[in-house]
Amino acid sequence: MCLAIPGRVVELLPEDRSLAVVDVLGVRRKVDLGLLQEDPPLAGDWVLIHVGFAMSKIGEADALAQLRMLTELGESDAAIEEVQGYGLGEEEAEETAAESKAGP
Amino acid sequence: MRFVDEFREPELITRTAEEIRRLADTKRHYRFMEVCGGHTHSIYRFGLKDLLPSNIELVHGPGCPVCVLPMGRIDDGLSIAEQPGVIFTAFGDMMRVPGTRGTPLEYKARGMDVRIVYSPSDALKLARNNPDRHVLFFAIGFETTAPSTALTMMRAKAEGLKNFSVFCNHVTIIPAIRAILDSPDMRIDAFIGPGHVSTVIGCRPYGWIASNEEKPIVVAGFEPLDILQSIVMLLRQLNQNQKKVENQYKRAVPWEGNRAALKAMAEVFELRPYFEWRGLGFISQSALRIRAAYAEFDAEHRFSVPGVRVTDPKAAQCGEVLKGVLKPAQCKLFGKECTPEHPIGALMVSSEGSCAAYYNYEHRKTQALTHLSRMPVSTPDVTAGVTAV
Repeated sequence: MCLAIPGRVVELLPEDRSLAVVDVLGVRRKVDLGLLQEDPPLAGDWVLIHVGFAMSKIGEADALAQLRMLTELGESDAAIEEVQGYGLGEEEAEETAAESKAGP
Repeated sequence: MRFVDEFREPELITRTAEEIRRLADTKRHYRFMEVCGGHTHSIYRFGLKDLLPSNIELVHGPGCPVCVLPMGRIDDGLSIAEQPGVIFTAFGDMMRVPGTRGTPLEYKARGMDVRIVYSPSDALKLARNNPDRHVLFFAIGFETTAPSTALTMMRAKAEGLKNFSVFCNHVTIIPAIRAILDSPDMRIDAFIGPGHVSTVIGCRPYGWIASNEEKPIVVAGFEPLDILQSIVMLLRQLNQNQKKVENQYKRAVPWEGNRAALKAMAEVFELRPYFEWRGLGFISQSALRIRAAYAEFDAEHRFSVPGVRVTDPKAAQCGEVLKGVLKPAQCKLFGKECTPEHPIGALMVSSEGSCAAYYNYEHRKTQALTHLSRMPVSTPDVTAGVTAV
């Protein structure tokens, strides 16, 4: 949980400047940029992500080295699982609503 | 596209390990504490201890926010899960942590609505999408995570959500380090400083460790080379009798920290007068609570929780392991009553717990080696396959 995952900002969202689409090892998810408002990243920048929030910007060389290490160690699966868990899209939102109606 | 792949460069790792051997005074026994559970995990994962000379001892610190929560707080959070209509959400790390009457997963099996989230934003979305339910977010973590909880609560307030609350168990790292240094049974020579906490708080808050306590501290990254380089930097300081704060993790940690994150935390949180930590006891001003302005999102304000102090099982030595007084394998229950499959305490469950790290990387290796050493050795028949010349 201490760990932060590098991701590349793919698309800034004009309707909400505090969110961006970020690519982590091929998985794309919305990540919150609220903690980087003083120096927001641009598309193509790399950020370190922790619990769905971008914590700092990092250089591409460092990001790629870290991603390579995660993959070498077989820990990329955990990183992907976490990123897939972020930012429920529309389909997942309906799924959880249905789950709620069905009751615990 | 060219990128630096330092992990794969064994030469650089070897050279750094040689530099450590060169710098370490053979007449000294060094005790370096890595504060952060993520570093403990890396150290075991990469087998870094094997690269160090025997007179450098790495002592595990209390930087595991799940591990330091007393069982009573887990019970308090789960008591909210039992309330009708509540969806209990927490990070995956929490799901197998034992309370007095079971883990969150076990509560789920008993019919309560318990769900893993990977971000506090997910919990907020659940609340938006389920207006007839109350979503509780069991918030844990040091300063790395607290700003994200804070921002989420600011959004909840801006949206006027009525069905979302946070059970706040955020703790702060500096008082924990202070408690370690104040502890009479600890002698630490220098610190490997937290990596991602420092992206938020910066390096300045560690100044007193160098100036008042006169111990070197190097803020370190999480890769093998980061940790080894940090040890080189600590040894250089000790050899030159320096006591400074240094930043080895410059690529991610700004010296001044993250101002937006600190502002968000200050907006939503204030310090509790005191908070109980497993192993370290009550520490003043060491944990965050939600400010009155956000009371409607404070689970402790909306629900009444038992608030019972629960001590660990007598035989469990979680506290001593957390302080670094005992190594995981020295706990009487380690590997016997307490394993990742049936954990007694959170240190065996959490991804940042030192017992889990030791068990998953060292213990299994030792068991395998012991098993192998006991197997009968068969002498190969050297004459087989040799044809007469």
